[in-house]
Amino acid sequence: MQNWPIESKIRYEGDLDPGFAEGIASIPGGERLAHCIQCGTCSATCPLSNYMDYTPRRIIAMTRAGFKDDVLRSFTIWLCASCYSCTVECPKNIKITDIMYALKRQAIEENIYPKRFSIPVLAREFFSLAKRTGRSNEGRVIIRLVLKSNPFRYIGRAFLGLKLMKQGRFSLKKETIKRKGELKKILQGVEQTALEIESVQKSGIRAES
Amino acid sequence: MKYLYYPGCSCSGKTTGRAYAESLTAVLQDLNVTYEELEDWNCCGATMYMSVDEQQAFAMSARNLALAERQGENGAAAPTLTTPCAACYTILNKTQHYIDEYPKVGKKIHSALAAADLSYRGKVEVRHPLDIMVNDIGLEEIASRVKQPLKGVKVASYYGCLLVRPYATFDDQDNPTTMDRLMAALGAEPVDWSLKTRCCGASLSGTMADVAVRLGYILLSEARRCGADVVATACPFCQFNLECFQQPMIKDHKLAGEIPIAYFTQLTGIALGLPDKALGLHRLSVPLSISDKIGEQEYA
Repeated sequence: MQNWPIESKIRYEGDLDPGFAEGIASIPGGERLAHCIQCGTCSATCPLSNYMDYTPRRIIAMTRAGFKDDVLRSFTIWLCASCYSCTVECPKNIKITDIMYALKRQAIEENIYPKRFSIPVLAREFFSLAKRTGRSNEGRVIIRLVLKSNPFRYIGRAFLGLKLMKQGRFSLKKETIKRKGELKKILQGVEQTALEIESVQKSGIRAES
Repeated sequence: MKYLYYPGCSCSGKTTGRAYAESLTAVLQDLNVTYEELEDWNCCGATMYMSVDEQQAFAMSARNLALAERQGENGAAAPTLTTPCAACYTILNKTQHYIDEYPKVGKKIHSALAAADLSYRGKVEVRHPLDIMVNDIGLEEIASRVKQPLKGVKVASYYGCLLVRPYATFDDQDNPTTMDRLMAALGAEPVDWSLKTRCCGASLSGTMADVAVRLGYILLSEARRCGADVVATACPFCQFNLECFQQPMIKDHKLAGEIPIAYFTQLTGIALGLPDKALGLHRLSVPLSISDKIGEQEYA
Protein backbone atom coordinates (compact mmCIF):
# COMPACT_ATOMS: atom_id res chain seq x y z
CA MET A 1 0.00 0.00 0.00
CA GLN A 2 1.15 3.49 -0.78
CA ASN A 3 1.92 5.87 2.02
CA TRP A 4 -0.67 8.50 2.64
CA PRO A 5 1.03 11.79 1.74
CA ILE A 6 1.14 14.09 4.73
CA GLU A 7 0.50 17.63 3.71
CA SER A 8 -0.39 20.74 5.63
CA LYS A 9 -3.84 21.95 4.63
CA ILE A 10 -3.37 25.33 6.24
CA ARG A 11 -0.75 27.77 5.03
CA TYR A 12 1.37 29.86 7.34
CA GLU A 13 2.05 33.41 6.39
CA GLY A 14 5.62 32.42 5.71
CA ASP A 15 4.42 30.05 2.94
CA LEU A 16 2.86 32.90 1.00
CA ASP A 17 4.59 34.76 -1.78
CA PRO A 18 3.99 38.48 -1.29
CA GLY A 19 5.21 39.44 -4.75
CA PHE A 20 2.84 37.05 -6.52
CA ALA A 21 -0.31 39.18 -6.33
CA GLU A 22 1.62 42.26 -7.39
CA GLY A 23 3.02 40.48 -10.41
CA ILE A 24 -0.41 39.27 -11.54
CA ALA A 25 -1.99 42.67 -10.86
CA SER A 26 0.62 44.33 -13.07
CA ILE A 27 -0.46 42.59 -16.29
CA PRO A 28 -2.88 44.42 -18.58
CA GLY A 29 -6.29 43.42 -17.22
CA GLY A 30 -4.99 42.48 -13.75
CA GLU A 31 -5.22 45.94 -12.26
CA ARG A 32 -8.51 45.39 -10.43
CA LEU A 33 -7.49 42.16 -8.71
CA ALA A 34 -7.63 43.79 -5.26
CA HIS A 35 -11.21 44.95 -5.81
CA CYS A 36 -12.74 41.47 -5.55
CA ILE A 37 -15.64 41.28 -3.06
CA GLN A 38 -15.75 37.47 -3.13
CA CYS A 39 -19.37 37.41 -4.32
CA GLY A 40 -18.87 34.23 -6.35
CA THR A 41 -20.58 35.44 -9.52
CA CYS A 42 -17.58 34.18 -11.50
CA SER A 43 -17.86 30.67 -10.08
CA ALA A 44 -21.60 30.61 -10.68
CA THR A 45 -21.33 31.72 -14.28
CA CYS A 46 -18.33 29.53 -15.16
CA PRO A 47 -19.43 26.50 -17.21
CA LEU A 48 -16.38 24.57 -16.02
CA SER A 49 -16.26 25.33 -12.30
CA ASN A 50 -17.75 21.96 -11.41
CA TYR A 51 -14.59 20.32 -12.76
CA MET A 52 -12.17 22.66 -11.03
CA ASP A 53 -10.24 21.98 -7.83
CA TYR A 54 -10.63 25.61 -6.77
CA THR A 55 -13.51 27.67 -8.16
CA PRO A 56 -12.59 30.95 -9.91
CA ARG A 57 -13.65 32.92 -6.81
CA ARG A 58 -11.18 30.96 -4.71
CA ILE A 59 -8.42 31.35 -7.29
CA ILE A 60 -8.88 35.12 -7.15
CA ALA A 61 -8.78 35.10 -3.32
CA MET A 62 -5.74 32.84 -3.25
CA THR A 63 -3.90 34.86 -5.88
CA ARG A 64 -4.57 38.06 -4.02
CA ALA A 65 -3.33 36.53 -0.76
CA GLY A 66 -0.17 35.15 -2.36
CA PHE A 67 -0.83 31.39 -2.47
CA LYS A 68 1.43 31.11 -5.45
CA ASP A 69 2.21 27.42 -5.28
CA ASP A 70 -1.37 26.28 -4.77
CA VAL A 71 -2.67 28.50 -7.55
CA LEU A 72 -0.05 27.59 -10.15
CA ARG A 73 -0.39 23.88 -9.35
CA SER A 74 -4.18 23.97 -9.59
CA PHE A 75 -6.18 22.25 -12.30
CA THR A 76 -8.45 25.28 -12.50
CA ILE A 77 -6.14 27.53 -14.48
CA TRP A 78 -5.84 24.96 -17.26
CA LEU A 79 -9.55 24.19 -17.46
CA CYS A 80 -10.44 27.82 -18.15
CA ALA A 81 -11.61 27.77 -21.76
CA SER A 82 -11.45 31.54 -22.01
CA CYS A 83 -15.17 32.09 -22.62
CA TYR A 84 -15.17 35.45 -20.76
CA SER A 85 -18.42 34.75 -18.87
CA CYS A 86 -16.83 35.69 -15.55
CA THR A 87 -15.22 38.81 -16.99
CA VAL A 88 -18.46 40.26 -18.35
CA GLU A 89 -20.52 39.30 -15.28
CA CYS A 90 -18.08 40.45 -12.58
CA PRO A 91 -19.76 43.31 -10.66
CA LYS A 92 -16.34 44.80 -9.86
CA ASN A 93 -15.14 44.65 -13.48
CA ILE A 94 -12.24 42.35 -12.77
CA LYS A 95 -10.92 40.84 -15.98
CA ILE A 96 -10.80 37.33 -14.57
CA THR A 97 -10.12 35.70 -17.94
CA ASP A 98 -7.00 37.84 -18.37
CA ILE A 99 -5.88 36.83 -14.88
CA MET A 100 -6.38 33.14 -15.73
CA TYR A 101 -4.23 33.65 -18.84
CA ALA A 102 -1.54 35.31 -16.72
CA LEU A 103 -1.57 32.36 -14.30
CA LYS A 104 -1.25 29.89 -17.18
CA ARG A 105 1.65 31.85 -18.59
CA GLN A 106 3.46 31.94 -15.28
CA ALA A 107 2.92 28.20 -14.75
CA ILE A 108 4.28 27.50 -18.24
CA GLU A 109 7.20 29.87 -17.72
CA GLU A 110 8.11 28.23 -14.42
CA ASN A 111 7.42 24.74 -15.76
CA ILE A 112 4.94 23.98 -12.99
CA TYR A 113 2.74 21.32 -14.55
CA PRO A 114 2.83 17.54 -15.01
CA LYS A 115 5.20 16.94 -17.89
CA ARG A 116 2.81 15.32 -20.36
CA PHE A 117 -0.30 17.18 -19.27
CA SER A 118 -2.24 17.78 -22.48
CA ILE A 119 -3.44 21.37 -22.05
CA PRO A 120 -0.10 23.17 -21.64
CA VAL A 121 1.45 20.78 -24.17
CA LEU A 122 -1.15 21.88 -26.72
CA ALA A 123 -0.57 25.55 -25.90
CA ARG A 124 3.19 25.19 -26.32
CA GLU A 125 2.96 23.28 -29.59
CA PHE A 126 0.45 25.73 -31.01
CA PHE A 127 2.68 28.60 -29.94
CA SER A 128 5.88 27.26 -31.44
CA LEU A 129 4.29 26.32 -34.78
CA ALA A 130 2.38 29.56 -35.17
CA LYS A 131 5.44 31.58 -34.26
CA ARG A 132 7.61 29.78 -36.77
CA THR A 133 5.23 29.49 -39.72
CA GLY A 134 2.80 32.34 -39.06
CA ARG A 135 -0.13 29.92 -39.22
CA SER A 136 -1.59 27.51 -36.70
CA ASN A 137 -1.50 24.33 -38.82
CA GLU A 138 -4.35 22.49 -37.07
CA GLY A 139 -3.41 19.01 -38.28
CA ARG A 140 0.23 19.31 -37.26
CA VAL A 141 -0.60 20.77 -33.87
CA ILE A 142 -2.91 17.82 -33.16
CA ILE A 143 -0.28 15.25 -34.16
CA ARG A 144 2.29 16.91 -31.89
CA LEU A 145 -0.22 17.08 -29.06
CA VAL A 146 -0.84 13.34 -29.39
CA LEU A 147 2.84 12.44 -29.49
CA LYS A 148 3.93 14.74 -26.69
CA SER A 149 1.12 14.07 -24.23
CA ASN A 150 -0.20 10.52 -24.02
CA PRO A 151 -0.53 8.79 -27.42
CA PHE A 152 -2.51 5.89 -25.96
CA ARG A 153 -5.29 8.18 -24.84
CA TYR A 154 -5.86 9.20 -28.42
CA ILE A 155 -6.09 5.77 -30.04
CA GLY A 156 -9.87 5.97 -30.02
CA ARG A 157 -9.62 9.25 -31.90
CA ALA A 158 -7.92 7.79 -34.97
CA PHE A 159 -11.32 7.03 -36.44
CA LEU A 160 -12.43 10.64 -36.09
CA GLY A 161 -9.20 11.75 -37.78
CA LEU A 162 -9.80 9.45 -40.73
CA LYS A 163 -13.38 10.63 -41.04
CA LEU A 164 -12.30 14.27 -41.07
CA MET A 165 -9.66 13.46 -43.65
CA LYS A 166 -12.29 11.85 -45.85
CA GLN A 167 -14.44 14.97 -45.50
CA GLY A 168 -11.46 17.08 -46.55
CA ARG A 169 -11.25 18.69 -43.12
CA PHE A 170 -7.90 17.38 -41.92
CA SER A 171 -4.49 17.72 -43.46
CA LEU A 172 -0.85 17.65 -42.44
CA LYS A 173 0.22 20.05 -45.15
CA LYS A 174 2.37 22.80 -43.73
CA GLU A 175 0.83 26.23 -44.13
CA THR A 176 3.17 29.18 -43.95
CA ILE A 177 2.94 32.88 -44.59
CA LYS A 178 5.06 34.45 -47.31
CA ARG A 179 6.90 37.07 -45.33
CA LYS A 180 8.03 35.03 -42.33
CA GLY A 181 10.94 37.43 -41.82
CA GLU A 182 8.58 40.33 -41.31
CA LEU A 183 6.68 38.47 -38.58
CA LYS A 184 9.92 37.40 -36.95
CA LYS A 185 11.08 41.01 -36.78
CA ILE A 186 7.81 42.04 -35.13
CA LEU A 187 7.97 39.27 -32.52
CA GLN A 188 11.61 40.06 -31.78
CA GLY A 189 10.65 43.71 -31.54
CA VAL A 190 8.15 42.86 -28.80
CA GLU A 191 10.81 41.11 -26.75
CA GLN A 192 13.25 43.94 -27.33
CA THR A 193 10.90 46.66 -26.07
CA ALA A 194 9.87 44.43 -23.15
CA LEU A 195 13.50 44.29 -22.07
CA GLU A 196 13.99 48.01 -22.57
CA ILE A 197 10.91 48.89 -20.52
CA GLU A 198 12.06 46.55 -17.76
CA SER A 199 15.52 48.09 -17.60
CA VAL A 200 14.05 51.60 -17.55
CA GLN A 201 11.78 50.56 -14.67
CA LYS A 202 14.67 48.98 -12.80
CA SER A 203 16.92 52.02 -13.21
CA GLY A 204 13.97 54.16 -12.13
CA ILE A 205 13.62 52.16 -8.94
CA ARG A 206 17.33 52.44 -8.31
CA ALA A 207 17.24 56.20 -8.87
CA GLU A 208 14.37 56.53 -6.40
CA SER A 209 16.11 54.57 -3.69
CA MET B 1 -18.49 48.78 -50.09
CA LYS B 2 -15.51 46.49 -50.20
CA TYR B 3 -14.49 44.22 -47.36
CA LEU B 4 -11.17 42.68 -46.45
CA TYR B 5 -11.56 39.01 -45.73
CA TYR B 6 -9.49 37.35 -43.01
CA PRO B 7 -10.28 33.61 -43.08
CA GLY B 8 -8.11 32.61 -40.11
CA CYS B 9 -6.24 29.33 -39.85
CA SER B 10 -9.31 27.20 -39.05
CA CYS B 11 -11.17 28.38 -42.14
CA SER B 12 -8.34 28.13 -44.62
CA GLY B 13 -7.31 24.98 -46.48
CA LYS B 14 -8.24 21.48 -45.38
CA THR B 15 -9.25 22.30 -41.84
CA THR B 16 -12.23 21.73 -39.59
CA GLY B 17 -13.85 25.00 -40.63
CA ARG B 18 -13.52 24.43 -44.37
CA ALA B 19 -17.26 24.30 -45.01
CA TYR B 20 -17.66 27.59 -43.15
CA ALA B 21 -15.30 29.36 -45.54
CA GLU B 22 -16.88 27.68 -48.57
CA SER B 23 -20.43 28.57 -47.61
CA LEU B 24 -19.54 32.11 -46.52
CA THR B 25 -17.78 32.98 -49.77
CA ALA B 26 -20.58 31.38 -51.81
CA VAL B 27 -23.20 33.42 -49.96
CA LEU B 28 -21.24 36.69 -50.20
CA GLN B 29 -20.80 36.19 -53.93
CA ASP B 30 -24.48 35.44 -54.37
CA LEU B 31 -25.35 38.60 -52.46
CA ASN B 32 -22.98 40.60 -54.69
CA VAL B 33 -20.72 41.58 -51.82
CA THR B 34 -17.25 42.43 -53.03
CA TYR B 35 -14.39 41.37 -50.83
CA GLU B 36 -10.73 40.59 -51.15
CA GLU B 37 -8.57 38.37 -48.99
CA LEU B 38 -6.12 40.07 -46.65
CA GLU B 39 -2.76 39.60 -48.28
CA ASP B 40 -0.30 37.36 -46.38
CA TRP B 41 -2.38 37.31 -43.18
CA ASN B 42 -1.00 35.36 -40.22
CA CYS B 43 -2.38 33.50 -37.17
CA CYS B 44 -4.41 35.86 -35.00
CA GLY B 45 -2.56 34.86 -31.83
CA ALA B 46 -5.63 33.11 -30.50
CA THR B 47 -6.34 31.66 -27.06
CA MET B 48 -3.55 29.10 -27.00
CA TYR B 49 -0.93 31.57 -28.16
CA MET B 50 -2.17 33.97 -25.49
CA SER B 51 -1.58 31.25 -22.86
CA VAL B 52 2.13 31.31 -23.63
CA ASP B 53 2.96 34.91 -24.53
CA GLU B 54 0.44 37.71 -24.38
CA GLN B 55 2.51 40.52 -25.88
CA GLN B 56 3.46 38.36 -28.86
CA ALA B 57 -0.18 37.37 -29.29
CA PHE B 58 -1.15 41.03 -29.51
CA ALA B 59 1.72 41.59 -31.95
CA MET B 60 0.52 38.74 -34.19
CA SER B 61 -2.91 40.33 -34.29
CA ALA B 62 -1.46 43.78 -34.82
CA ARG B 63 0.39 42.66 -37.95
CA ASN B 64 -2.95 41.65 -39.45
CA LEU B 65 -4.47 44.98 -38.49
CA ALA B 66 -1.51 46.87 -39.93
CA LEU B 67 -1.70 44.91 -43.20
CA ALA B 68 -5.44 45.57 -43.37
CA GLU B 69 -4.94 49.28 -42.86
CA ARG B 70 -2.39 49.37 -45.67
CA GLN B 71 -4.37 47.21 -48.08
CA GLY B 72 -7.70 48.89 -47.42
CA GLU B 73 -6.34 52.40 -47.61
CA ASN B 74 -8.45 54.45 -49.95
CA GLY B 75 -10.48 57.51 -49.15
CA ALA B 76 -11.49 58.52 -45.66
CA ALA B 77 -13.48 55.44 -44.67
CA ALA B 78 -11.88 52.95 -42.33
CA PRO B 79 -11.30 49.59 -43.99
CA THR B 80 -13.49 46.78 -42.68
CA LEU B 81 -11.79 43.53 -41.81
CA THR B 82 -14.16 40.62 -41.57
CA THR B 83 -13.44 37.19 -40.14
CA PRO B 84 -15.83 34.26 -39.78
CA CYS B 85 -13.95 32.64 -36.88
CA ALA B 86 -15.26 33.89 -33.55
CA ALA B 87 -11.88 33.41 -31.86
CA CYS B 88 -10.05 35.51 -34.48
CA TYR B 89 -12.84 38.06 -34.27
CA THR B 90 -12.40 38.47 -30.52
CA ILE B 91 -8.62 38.62 -30.44
CA LEU B 92 -8.49 41.18 -33.27
CA ASN B 93 -11.00 43.30 -31.35
CA LYS B 94 -9.21 42.74 -28.06
CA THR B 95 -5.89 43.80 -29.56
CA GLN B 96 -7.40 47.07 -30.74
CA HIS B 97 -8.89 47.71 -27.30
CA TYR B 98 -5.70 46.90 -25.42
CA ILE B 99 -3.49 49.01 -27.69
CA ASP B 100 -5.77 51.95 -26.86
CA GLU B 101 -6.48 51.23 -23.20
CA TYR B 102 -3.03 50.20 -22.02
CA PRO B 103 -0.27 52.60 -23.08
CA LYS B 104 2.28 49.96 -22.08
CA VAL B 105 0.82 47.52 -24.62
CA GLY B 106 0.38 50.21 -27.26
CA LYS B 107 3.96 51.37 -26.99
CA LYS B 108 5.33 47.86 -27.29
CA ILE B 109 3.15 46.96 -30.26
CA HIS B 110 3.86 50.16 -32.16
CA SER B 111 7.61 49.83 -31.79
CA ALA B 112 7.47 46.12 -32.67
CA LEU B 113 5.55 46.91 -35.87
CA ALA B 114 8.02 49.68 -36.67
CA ALA B 115 10.83 47.12 -36.47
CA ALA B 116 9.29 45.50 -39.56
CA ASP B 117 8.47 48.81 -41.28
CA LEU B 118 4.78 48.50 -40.49
CA SER B 119 2.49 50.85 -38.63
CA TYR B 120 -1.01 50.84 -37.27
CA ARG B 121 -3.02 53.99 -36.68
CA GLY B 122 -6.12 52.25 -35.34
CA LYS B 123 -8.12 52.78 -38.51
CA VAL B 124 -9.48 49.28 -39.06
CA GLU B 125 -12.97 48.17 -38.19
CA VAL B 126 -13.19 44.48 -37.29
CA ARG B 127 -16.60 43.01 -38.02
CA HIS B 128 -18.20 39.61 -38.15
CA PRO B 129 -19.89 38.41 -41.36
CA LEU B 130 -23.13 37.91 -39.40
CA ASP B 131 -23.07 41.62 -38.52
CA ILE B 132 -22.34 42.55 -42.14
CA MET B 133 -25.07 40.34 -43.55
CA VAL B 134 -27.75 41.59 -41.19
CA ASN B 135 -26.73 45.22 -40.69
CA ASP B 136 -25.08 46.16 -44.02
CA ILE B 137 -26.86 44.02 -46.58
CA GLY B 138 -30.05 43.96 -44.57
CA LEU B 139 -32.69 41.40 -43.77
CA GLU B 140 -35.15 42.74 -46.32
CA GLU B 141 -32.62 42.45 -49.11
CA ILE B 142 -31.71 38.91 -48.06
CA ALA B 143 -35.37 37.91 -47.68
CA SER B 144 -36.10 39.20 -51.18
CA ARG B 145 -33.44 36.89 -52.61
CA VAL B 146 -34.64 33.74 -50.86
CA LYS B 147 -35.49 31.08 -53.43
CA GLN B 148 -36.18 28.19 -51.11
CA PRO B 149 -37.63 29.38 -47.80
CA LEU B 150 -36.64 27.22 -44.83
CA LYS B 151 -40.32 26.79 -44.02
CA GLY B 152 -41.05 24.69 -40.95
CA VAL B 153 -37.37 24.30 -40.02
CA LYS B 154 -36.77 25.03 -36.36
CA VAL B 155 -33.34 26.55 -35.86
CA ALA B 156 -31.59 27.00 -32.52
CA SER B 157 -29.12 29.84 -33.07
CA TYR B 158 -25.96 29.17 -31.12
CA TYR B 159 -23.71 32.23 -30.87
CA GLY B 160 -21.07 30.70 -28.61
CA CYS B 161 -18.87 32.76 -26.33
CA LEU B 162 -16.61 34.93 -28.37
CA LEU B 163 -19.09 36.48 -30.77
CA VAL B 164 -20.57 38.53 -27.93
CA ARG B 165 -17.91 38.35 -25.22
CA PRO B 166 -16.01 40.18 -23.91
CA TYR B 167 -17.09 42.83 -26.41
CA ALA B 168 -20.70 42.98 -27.53
CA THR B 169 -20.06 44.92 -30.71
CA PHE B 170 -23.26 44.42 -32.65
CA ASP B 171 -25.71 42.60 -30.43
CA ASP B 172 -26.98 42.13 -26.91
CA GLN B 173 -24.50 40.32 -24.70
CA ASP B 174 -26.98 38.21 -22.75
CA ASN B 175 -29.61 37.54 -25.33
CA PRO B 176 -28.28 38.13 -28.85
CA THR B 177 -30.86 38.00 -31.63
CA THR B 178 -29.03 38.82 -34.88
CA MET B 179 -28.78 35.22 -36.02
CA ASP B 180 -32.36 34.49 -34.98
CA ARG B 181 -33.58 37.42 -37.07
CA LEU B 182 -31.55 36.22 -40.04
CA MET B 183 -33.04 32.74 -39.70
CA ALA B 184 -36.55 34.23 -39.58
CA ALA B 185 -35.79 36.22 -42.74
CA LEU B 186 -34.82 32.95 -44.44
CA GLY B 187 -38.24 31.54 -43.58
CA ALA B 188 -37.07 29.35 -40.70
CA GLU B 189 -38.56 29.26 -37.25
CA PRO B 190 -36.08 30.51 -34.61
CA VAL B 191 -36.17 28.49 -31.41
CA ASP B 192 -36.13 30.45 -28.18
CA TRP B 193 -33.58 28.81 -25.90
CA SER B 194 -31.41 29.94 -23.03
CA LEU B 195 -27.99 28.53 -23.90
CA LYS B 196 -27.23 30.77 -26.91
CA THR B 197 -23.93 31.98 -25.48
CA ARG B 198 -22.84 29.14 -23.20
CA CYS B 199 -19.33 27.85 -23.88
CA CYS B 200 -18.77 24.68 -25.96
CA GLY B 201 -15.41 23.97 -24.31
CA ALA B 202 -13.28 25.06 -27.29
CA SER B 203 -9.93 23.24 -27.36
CA LEU B 204 -10.87 21.06 -24.38
CA SER B 205 -12.26 18.61 -26.95
CA GLY B 206 -8.65 17.91 -27.88
CA THR B 207 -7.26 17.83 -24.37
CA MET B 208 -10.01 16.91 -21.88
CA ALA B 209 -12.51 15.21 -24.16
CA ASP B 210 -14.82 14.05 -21.36
CA VAL B 211 -15.34 17.61 -20.23
CA ALA B 212 -16.02 18.93 -23.73
CA VAL B 213 -18.46 16.09 -24.42
CA ARG B 214 -20.38 16.97 -21.28
CA LEU B 215 -20.55 20.67 -22.22
CA GLY B 216 -21.72 19.77 -25.71
CA TYR B 217 -24.31 17.40 -24.33
CA ILE B 218 -25.79 20.15 -22.14
CA LEU B 219 -26.14 22.40 -25.19
CA LEU B 220 -27.59 19.80 -27.54
CA SER B 221 -30.01 18.24 -25.08
CA GLU B 222 -31.42 21.70 -24.38
CA ALA B 223 -31.64 22.50 -28.11
CA ARG B 224 -33.50 19.24 -28.68
CA ARG B 225 -35.77 19.83 -25.70
CA CYS B 226 -36.73 23.18 -27.21
CA GLY B 227 -37.68 21.42 -30.41
CA ALA B 228 -34.78 22.42 -32.67
CA ASP B 229 -34.27 20.52 -35.95
CA VAL B 230 -30.84 22.04 -36.47
CA VAL B 231 -28.34 24.14 -34.52
CA ALA B 232 -26.83 27.11 -36.38
CA THR B 233 -23.26 28.07 -35.42
CA ALA B 234 -20.90 30.94 -36.21
CA CYS B 235 -17.54 29.51 -35.13
CA PRO B 236 -15.49 26.59 -36.51
CA PHE B 237 -14.74 25.31 -33.01
CA CYS B 238 -18.38 25.34 -31.88
CA GLN B 239 -19.42 23.49 -35.01
CA PHE B 240 -16.71 20.86 -34.64
CA ASN B 241 -17.29 20.28 -30.92
CA LEU B 242 -21.03 19.98 -31.25
CA GLU B 243 -21.01 17.86 -34.40
CA CYS B 244 -18.13 15.44 -34.05
CA PHE B 245 -18.74 14.24 -30.49
CA GLN B 246 -22.40 13.33 -30.70
CA GLN B 247 -21.69 9.59 -30.49
CA PRO B 248 -20.06 9.84 -27.03
CA MET B 249 -22.81 12.27 -26.01
CA ILE B 250 -25.39 9.63 -26.91
CA LYS B 251 -23.41 6.81 -25.32
CA ASP B 252 -22.22 8.48 -22.10
CA HIS B 253 -24.95 10.98 -21.40
CA LYS B 254 -28.01 9.52 -23.10
CA LEU B 255 -28.48 12.32 -25.60
CA ALA B 256 -31.73 11.29 -27.29
CA GLY B 257 -30.34 11.29 -30.84
CA GLU B 258 -28.25 13.08 -33.42
CA ILE B 259 -28.95 16.63 -34.44
CA PRO B 260 -27.37 18.39 -37.43
CA ILE B 261 -25.02 21.28 -36.68
CA ALA B 262 -24.69 23.76 -39.54
CA TYR B 263 -22.96 27.07 -40.05
CA PHE B 264 -25.41 29.94 -40.31
CA THR B 265 -23.90 30.61 -43.73
CA GLN B 266 -24.83 27.10 -44.90
CA LEU B 267 -28.46 27.64 -43.90
CA THR B 268 -28.41 31.02 -45.64
CA GLY B 269 -26.96 29.40 -48.76
CA ILE B 270 -29.65 26.71 -48.82
CA ALA B 271 -32.35 29.37 -48.62
CA LEU B 272 -30.68 31.33 -51.42
CA GLY B 273 -30.86 28.18 -53.55
CA LEU B 274 -27.11 27.60 -53.81
CA PRO B 275 -25.89 24.08 -54.67
CA ASP B 276 -25.08 21.77 -51.73
CA LYS B 277 -21.50 21.28 -52.83
CA ALA B 278 -20.73 25.00 -52.91
CA LEU B 279 -21.92 25.17 -49.30
CA GLY B 280 -19.79 22.26 -48.14
CA LEU B 281 -22.82 20.27 -47.01
CA HIS B 282 -21.04 17.05 -48.03
CA ARG B 283 -18.47 17.72 -45.28
CA LEU B 284 -20.94 17.43 -42.43
CA SER B 285 -20.83 14.32 -40.24
CA VAL B 286 -24.47 14.59 -39.26
CA PRO B 287 -26.27 15.11 -42.57
CA LEU B 288 -28.41 18.18 -42.86
CA SER B 289 -31.81 16.87 -43.87
CA ILE B 290 -33.50 20.22 -44.27
CA SER B 291 -34.41 19.81 -47.91
CA ASP B 292 -36.46 16.75 -46.98
CA LYS B 293 -38.27 18.81 -44.44
CA ILE B 294 -39.01 21.64 -46.85
CA GLY B 295 -40.13 19.05 -49.39
CA GLU B 296 -42.51 17.45 -46.91
CA GLN B 297 -44.13 20.80 -46.24
CA GLU B 298 -44.63 21.52 -49.91
CA TYR B 299 -46.29 18.23 -50.67
CA ALA B 300 -48.31 17.99 -47.48
